[in-house]
Amino acid sequence: MPELLPFLKDLLSAPGLSGYENPVASIIEARWKPLVHELSRSNVGSLHGLRQGRAPAPRPSIMIATHMDAIGLMVTGVIDGFLRVTSVGGVDARVLPGQLVTVYATGGTEPKSLSAVIAQPPARLLPPGLGDGPVPMEYLLVDTGLPARKVTDLVRTGDIVSYASTPVELAGEVICGHTLDNRSSVAALTICLEELQTRQHAWDVWAVATVQEETGLTGGYTSAYQLHPSLAIVVDVTFAKGPGASDWQTSPMGKGPTLCMGPNIHPALYEGIKQVADRLEIPYGLEYAPRHTGTDAFAAQVVAEGIPSMVLGIPLRYMHTPVELVAIKDIQRAGRLMAEFIAGLAPDYMDKIVWDK
Amino acid sequence: MPTLGNTQLKLLEKLCNAMAVSGDEGEVRTIVLDEIKGVVDDVKVDALGNVLAVKKGRSAGCLRVMLSAHMDEVGFMLVAEDGDGIFRFEMVGGMDVRQLVGKPVWVGKGHLPGVIGARPIHLTTPEERKKTIPLDALRIDIGPGAKAKLGDRAVFATRFQHNGPSLVAKALDNRLGVTTLIEMLKNAPTNIELLAAFTVQEENGLRGAKVAAHAFDPDLAIAMDSTPANDLPAWGGEENVAYNTILGLGPAIYVADSSTFSDPRLVRHFLAVSEAEKIPCQLRQPGGGGTDAGAIHKGRAGIPSLSVSVPHRYSHTAASIARLDDWRHTYNLVHAALSRITPNLLAGER
Amino acid sequence: MKQLIQKLTETFSPSGYESAIREVIRAEIEPLADEIRVDALGNLIARKGTISSTGRRIMLAAHMDEIGLIATHIEETGFIRFAGIGGIRPLALTGGRVRFVSGVPGVIGTDRLPDLATAPTLEQCYIDVGATSRKDCPVKIGEVCGFERPFLDMGKRLVAKSMDDRIACAVMIEALRDLKHTPHELYFVFTTQEEVGVRGATTSAFGIDPEIGLAVDVTGTGDTPRGSKMEVALGKGPAVKVKDSGMLADPRIVQWMERTAEKAKIPCQREILEGGSTDARAIQLTRGGVPAGCLSIPSRYIHTPSEMVDYDDVLQSVRLLTALVSNPVKL
Repeated sequence: MPELLPFLKDLLSAPGLSGYENPVASIIEARWKPLVHELSRSNVGSLHGLRQGRAPAPRPSIMIATHMDAIGLMVTGVIDGFLRVTSVGGVDARVLPGQLVTVYATGGTEPKSLSAVIAQPPARLLPPGLGDGPVPMEYLLVDTGLPARKVTDLVRTGDIVSYASTPVELAGEVICGHTLDNRSSVAALTICLEELQTRQHAWDVWAVATVQEETGLTGGYTSAYQLHPSLAIVVDVTFAKGPGASDWQTSPMGKGPTLCMGPNIHPALYEGIKQVADRLEIPYGLEYAPRHTGTDAFAAQVVAEGIPSMVLGIPLRYMHTPVELVAIKDIQRAGRLMAEFIAGLAPDYMDKIVWDK
Repeated sequence: MPTLGNTQLKLLEKLCNAMAVSGDEGEVRTIVLDEIKGVVDDVKVDALGNVLAVKKGRSAGCLRVMLSAHMDEVGFMLVAEDGDGIFRFEMVGGMDVRQLVGKPVWVGKGHLPGVIGARPIHLTTPEERKKTIPLDALRIDIGPGAKAKLGDRAVFATRFQHNGPSLVAKALDNRLGVTTLIEMLKNAPTNIELLAAFTVQEENGLRGAKVAAHAFDPDLAIAMDSTPANDLPAWGGEENVAYNTILGLGPAIYVADSSTFSDPRLVRHFLAVSEAEKIPCQLRQPGGGGTDAGAIHKGRAGIPSLSVSVPHRYSHTAASIARLDDWRHTYNLVHAALSRITPNLLAGER
Repeated sequence: MKQLIQKLTETFSPSGYESAIREVIRAEIEPLADEIRVDALGNLIARKGTISSTGRRIMLAAHMDEIGLIATHIEETGFIRFAGIGGIRPLALTGGRVRFVSGVPGVIGTDRLPDLATAPTLEQCYIDVGATSRKDCPVKIGEVCGFERPFLDMGKRLVAKSMDDRIACAVMIEALRDLKHTPHELYFVFTTQEEVGVRGATTSAFGIDPEIGLAVDVTGTGDTPRGSKMEVALGKGPAVKVKDSGMLADPRIVQWMERTAEKAKIPCQREILEGGSTDARAIQLTRGGVPAGCLSIPSRYIHTPSEMVDYDDVLQSVRLLTALVSNPVKL
């Protein structure tokens, strides 16, 4: 089995903003190809991998969905060689000043990656009244260091900009990088597929890397509709306890993935996965979502006639900043937990997915 | 025509006293399933927990009419424990945090009694008393050693009362609709195929209705819900122009709310039946709010939809008030309107 | 074409009540389409062409509804309180005139405002139709009205209420007229209830199940004094949507549109809209997903009674739309 870390680092180094997931999709495609029986792209670009089960057809199927898109920025205009940008997905403008970014310029004869920094213009150049408060995104500029003329030639409105921070390993088997939301879940799903190579499973397994989760669950709605699985598990990152995040919405990092419960979750599916974790002594945390889980599961649950859904969370610190942190162990545990759950799915498991036992 | 009597009032009482916070509707679902057992031609519980029941029509070509009533109610979920039976909680559904302080609650499947307390007035400052007590300063206290767990739901502990012309209870929104729909199945008009959806998670974004509409794929749909009556005097003595509905004027027919423009053909039909049968009704003031119709009408290639609600005061609080007569008229109007449906109803364009 | 634009923009059909505009459009396209139907939400759907070996099933959507007001209460003194339909800008209300779908005209007044410098809220506004009491008021609760403002032809620039999105309806009608042949099965859909949440497009797209979706709608501009920092300007041709606040246009659709424009020598510009979205979002989310984008017509003063477009942009939009669907599409 190839190593996880180099693959994860590849994922973290690849662009793949919402709507522009091709670069990261190709990396995932290459890794998944030997792990699945069929691999295809949906109409909007989500990656669908099928591992056939051994039960006689028609078999029930389970979809494991992880979004592969990343938040980032998009060029809205060029002024005197500087770029104005807007956000793709939820970006806090306060983390932007001084960040190193990469501009994927498409205006030249061929696409080009330009290194750049995000400039916070001096107060004198900003509208009066901003004081020393945070500078809103519309006033920030991206500086490529290139002459104005060159920038106008190379960069077009609509070009995408991503964080340029490279993955770093911290002490205690913690990895740092941008886009660990949600490439760490893609890695977990990959581990699950690898585990399943040596396991027998009755059910069909749809491994899905969705697009445009950050901008409106687009892949979540459409893949669930197209594949119409019997069950859906969504793996996404969740808030880890850490500086600035310590209340009930957070879970400890490195203590296992979280199992989510609430109206978005089918309680029988939740129980089923919890039992597997308990039996195998895979550590996990519990997470409570009273309303919306904010994940692709919110879409999958209400597609067509409805799909029993579940959310696994990988605790992550500093979400949506360029320095997200995840414990490698949590990724491995999430992958293994899914594989064990899938391997244990009997052909008639759907009879157990009932309400009001 | 059968109407609502003591049996139905008893059923309403039982349903209002049950707990069914969005996503955890089991208690009400069990009562519904029990009531309609043997009455319907087909019934199932779907992936989200909706109860979907079918009562076939007399003829093969009759219109397939979906009636929906949401089973869920607004309430709370325990999300963290402080120890000693004191729990932090979140609201599920749209509630006003000012309505929570000092209320008794029921927690979990066992309806464990608890309270939402507040700092004694002695310990507060005049400045503090001018501010709303925020949710994160509130706790549910069920007493030391009581057996509740995180994820358990809670609701206001209000027992149903029948006071003269009025009904007083929590969750009249929408146990009124649920009871109406149960009765409608028991006395189903035979000129249509009745597709009954007792839906989940209306208060959490119309989630049950969305999948129910897709599954039924009906010719038209009526959402039976409950809507606020803000028919109180305005503070300055000026005319109340934002009453939404008025108690005592009968069922509220929707023209438009923030999620749906009712199908004008259905609005006309209901108003005509109201006039012909001399059953009072009122137009709900167009504007905000929404019902299951908001999800249903966007189902598949589009489903002509209408909402009909029982007006009630103090929606989404510990104690709502409705008029028994409004509820009766609602049942009678919907029943009469359904009985007069022919395929011609949708022959013209919207 | 200006006559058509005038006819379309002077018709009153707020969201949910599109029957008047539907009749106007139907009369125009009846001789041009192969098949016309109206669906459950009132969408007008015109099919043109049948699918060939190089063709696709393509949905084109322009919404025919407009923003407006709906009566919520008739005061005893005959004044009408109302709620908004769609994104109403209170700043544009005071002193304005409206016309109810029934034909009744009215003017908008406000309560005495504590401060004349700030815009009133909708609750502080009312409509005066000249009634003296609730009894003699010709408007009932639930009736809807649009903003009254005649079409204005400035030559190069055209101004009207409901340019959003009747100008796109006009573009679609003219493209249907100009279309000589197509390898595709085309659905020209005049959608309902876009302004209140792309509802008509949601259901019509489900019914049509297209392989490609393209909305035609207006977009804002950044070419007015101290306006927003948007690159789009009047007179620079149709805009190709890259992103708005509701969706990311499919990059393959963006490329298809830009290449087609380039080939046909049609000027065009890229659009990133910070506020608002279009029917394209609903189409994109349909069933298993649909590659979708939007051909935008630059417009100033959107959601006021005086929405302005550039006539050349409009003509070029017709050309671009026609060119897009005349030839095989390779995404």
